[in-house]
Amino acid sequence: MDKKDQEILEMLQDNSRLRTEQIAAMLGLDQKDVANRIKEMEEQGIIVKYHTLINWEKAGEEVVSALIEVKVTPQRGAGFDAVAERIYRFPEVKSVYLMSGRYDLSVLIEGKTMKEVALFVSTKLATIEEVQSTATHFVLKKYKQEGIILEDKEKDRRLVISP
Amino acid sequence: MIKWEEKLSPSVKGIPPSGIRRFFDLVSEMKGVISLGVGEPDFVTPWHIREACIYSLEKGYTMYTSNWGLLELREEIARHLYSNYRVKYEPSSEVLVTVGVSEGMDLALRAILAPGDEVLIPEPCYVSYSPCASLAGGVPVPILTTADNDFRVTAAQIEEKITPRTKALILSYPNNPTGATISQQELMEIAKVVKKHDLIVISDEIYDKLTYEGKHTCFASLPAMKSRTVLLNGFSKAYAMTGWRLGYACGHPEVISQMVKIHQYTMLCAPVTAQMAALEALQNGTDEMLKMVAEYDRRRRLILRGFNEIGLSCFEPKGAFYAFPSIKNTGLSSEEFAERLLMEAKVAVVPGNVFGGNGEGHIRCSYAASVENITEAIERMGKFVQQYSSCREEACS
Ligand SMILES: Cc1ncc(COP(=O)(O)O)c(C=O)c1O
Repeated sequence: MDKKDQEILEMLQDNSRLRTEQIAAMLGLDQKDVANRIKEMEEQGIIVKYHTLINWEKAGEEVVSALIEVKVTPQRGAGFDAVAERIYRFPEVKSVYLMSGRYDLSVLIEGKTMKEVALFVSTKLATIEEVQSTATHFVLKKYKQEGIILEDKEKDRRLVISP
Repeated sequence: MIKWEEKLSPSVKGIPPSGIRRFFDLVSEMKGVISLGVGEPDFVTPWHIREACIYSLEKGYTMYTSNWGLLELREEIARHLYSNYRVKYEPSSEVLVTVGVSEGMDLALRAILAPGDEVLIPEPCYVSYSPCASLAGGVPVPILTTADNDFRVTAAQIEEKITPRTKALILSYPNNPTGATISQQELMEIAKVVKKHDLIVISDEIYDKLTYEGKHTCFASLPAMKSRTVLLNGFSKAYAMTGWRLGYACGHPEVISQMVKIHQYTMLCAPVTAQMAALEALQNGTDEMLKMVAEYDRRRRLILRGFNEIGLSCFEPKGAFYAFPSIKNTGLSSEEFAERLLMEAKVAVVPGNVFGGNGEGHIRCSYAASVENITEAIERMGKFVQQYSSCREEACS
């Protein structure tokens, strides 16, 4: 990883649809060079996936998300990892973080209805042996996600020609 | 009926309207146009700066300030210039907060020029220098820089134009519209001429932060130049604050105090809200500013490679956010090119001739535009240019 690799990552994180020739031009590199660097970072798992940030609400889809604070008894030998894995393997679980502070795992769950999410927590999460307790917080509104303000399509207000 | 035609000031009537204006009217009426004609950042002002301004309004900062501007801001400006360029200005007598570089330029010219005094203006350059010099009663004397010399004015070119009436020289690097920068070595040569002929230099360094290769040299930082330089700078470009209208002028107390007099009677002071925001920009704005600069630099390379690929020869701009490719091999004039490009390919650029001598044969393309728009604009321009060159090969018209 050098400075150019880092710049490539920053650019792709901002816009994964940038084409290699655009990246190459912007960094003053050869197109082949950029393609190789990207390939290598994909193979190393540095670039994990090219995804799209979607405002599902705007698309008319009901999505219910909840942030679950989970307290866990760590296991001998495996610490929190084994429990975390049991949790993150569920496709309903969108993210899992190990936290410092009052609880251990922060789990983001998405479902179609509140009932669906609540049911998942009570039947799948709370029943795991090492899970001591859960506290479910439903998301009421998403303002900003992954660094992007969702309602903020700022338009270009500049005059089309200026000195 | 009053006959305005006879009543109006001849010196104002004699000033031609900005060439950019006509083009603006043309572009405004069209839909689906990608504009590379914009001379300002495509970022909005960083939030922390806007937020500081909102807070200042909440706190009731809605009053006049000292004619000079808030002392705290002048101190910050002085600190900033010292840390960047090792030029030491006294905040209480050598720094004046202005309504943009625009006002600073006007004040400097009016403070300096007696009727008939000549001002040397390297062209192509920003559109306001020559009209402001005329309005101040001076005589603008263009010096034509060339693409062969990367649009840098040379000491020899300056010396050639000097007459007993020459009072001042305007320097403007990094340059609008060419994107040219100038090295310390070259500035030293110019400084010698300036000293020899006892000239004043008005140095518009509004694009200083937008220097992508090499280091910007502040003209006032050269030996013996501080006392004969009026340094102009502002917040418009580096901090994406064009609409705030804020800049500053620094120089010898003798000239600044005269400039303050004009400023005090015509402007009173720069807006306090903008001054509060500028304070935040200088104190906490470096990181975001550098991010914007890095982004311009990438787009600069993108547009440059684009021009290369479609066969428009372009001198490599090293500063500001403009590229100034030559369109001579299309056989069209700048205005024809820009107008047809707009009508046929829906890309707006500014014809180079509006920037004065030697601008003809070029177009100014701003890369303060999104990557998508730059890419799309280059594609459209490529098709357009090809059509004209093949047209010329077949000798049709
Ligand atoms: C070279 C140059 N000087 C001055 C200005 C105006 O600056 P301000 O917004 O500080 O009045 C511009 C704006 O385009 C410019 O390009």
